[in-house]
Amino acid sequence: MAPEGARQHANWSPYDNNGGTVLAVAGENYVICASDTRMSTGYSILTRNYEKVDQMSPKTLMASAGFMADAQTLKKTLKARCKQYEFQNKKPIGCVSFAQMLSNTLYYRRFFPYYAFNIVAGLDAEGKGAVFTYDAVGSYERTNYSCQGSGQALIMPVLDNQLKTVSPLVLPAVSSATPLSEAAAIELIKDCFATAAERDIYTGDRVELWIMNADGVRKEEMPLRLD
Amino acid sequence: MNGPTLDFSFLDATARGSMASKHVDESLDAIDGNMHECNFKAPAVEDFEGFQREVINYVKPNHGTTTLAFIFEHGIVVAVDSRASQGPYISSQTVKKVIEINPFLLGTMAGGAADCQFWQRNLGIQCRLHELENGKRITVRAASKLLANTLYSYKGKGLSMGTMVAGWDLNGPGLYYVDSEGTRLKGQRFSVGSGSLFAYGVLDQGYKWDLTVEEACELGRRAIYHATFRDAFSGGTVSVYHVGANGWTKVTGDDVGELHFSYYPATPVDDVDAHCGGEGKKEAEARAATEASAMET
Repeated sequence: MAPEGARQHANWSPYDNNGGTVLAVAGENYVICASDTRMSTGYSILTRNYEKVDQMSPKTLMASAGFMADAQTLKKTLKARCKQYEFQNKKPIGCVSFAQMLSNTLYYRRFFPYYAFNIVAGLDAEGKGAVFTYDAVGSYERTNYSCQGSGQALIMPVLDNQLKTVSPLVLPAVSSATPLSEAAAIELIKDCFATAAERDIYTGDRVELWIMNADGVRKEEMPLRLD
Repeated sequence: MNGPTLDFSFLDATARGSMASKHVDESLDAIDGNMHECNFKAPAVEDFEGFQREVINYVKPNHGTTTLAFIFEHGIVVAVDSRASQGPYISSQTVKKVIEINPFLLGTMAGGAADCQFWQRNLGIQCRLHELENGKRITVRAASKLLANTLYSYKGKGLSMGTMVAGWDLNGPGLYYVDSEGTRLKGQRFSVGSGSLFAYGVLDQGYKWDLTVEEACELGRRAIYHATFRDAFSGGTVSVYHVGANGWTKVTGDDVGELHFSYYPATPVDDVDAHCGGEGKKEAEARAATEASAMET
């Protein structure tokens, strides 16, 4: 596998952490994907207006935190593959298929990973909300809610407290849908970001929420602390 | 001198390769052949292992597990926990660590979550292709060897997997341990992962060949429960599967938090001596409930 023309600077470092928090919550008939818009490096803010959520297909949203150059390249590749899928199958890719494709794409970089922490949110074939959460090398799981990035350790406990339901592994099976209306979920997410912005230097400036339901996709915004 | 020449052409290509069209050939390559060359991107570094060590610090893949499986008179029991952690952070309590390869084959995952998910899915593809080519189900022996060969070809590249392949074929129950170092072991009883030592303690103590299916499932569940109790990297829910002649079934799934109170019913400490003479679980729970209400008044 020894790559051709291998060379290495004394301190070759292909990664940076640009911070940022991404979050998604799925309901019975909606899904919300949100992120803050701050992008930093070290103790400096590079921009207050970087959008981390993208629509990949009519039923799929994707948000990434971590290293934005890797995240952007990854999204570019995936968007191209979504187009290919659409031409070959004469229909846009569904969010469950997209989730598997992202997993494979990440794993093919197992030995030189994308330094990106992703969440996929969408509506499945039955119109139910779906959230898929990933690690950097492609292990993934379908859940009802997830948060990744610099605010993960601050926000996840709040989401567990408010939204945790019986594990899907428990037998006999119990329904594990998020017990929250769309409006209540939006308020919860805004509160989560406001809270994270108080204590995480890499989260702030603005939140954008992408809300997807049977009617389509709409966006909401809320300002956060700018300091 | 000019005797009949032997036809060695069958050695040149596998039946698969010679029969299939180029198109099919390419898709097969993507699955088992040169996946490495054609798909996996390598970093342009001289010190590959050093780079891998550095990258691990950045990406922190999911880790940590207890899994076990054993063969007994009535088949195989497979039991697992469901926790995944990235360093000290619990990244999930609902991981599916039993991978259902087909209705007669199960794989378990310990180690890197992505490595296990990807390569066991790949094994599922290889097993299905074997079925289509040969018109019969793959044996556990062959399936485990496919996985072991795949992993051996990546030896030294930093994969991290400890897996058990369990299933039922024409030879009856089969159980193999396969790991990312290339080890492949046939056995009756295995436990893998950070909590495996705790699970072995319970498992070895309670194992008998002629357990009933119910007793065996309870043993598996108890062993995993005790591992989650003592190993910080194990927890969540305990899932128990049984593999029999008609394939596998999921038998139980229990939240560890609730299991705790059935294994250790709440009993006031001073009363332990008075009641420890062979009291059943039900009685203990009923007594604990009455005593709890008595104390409130």
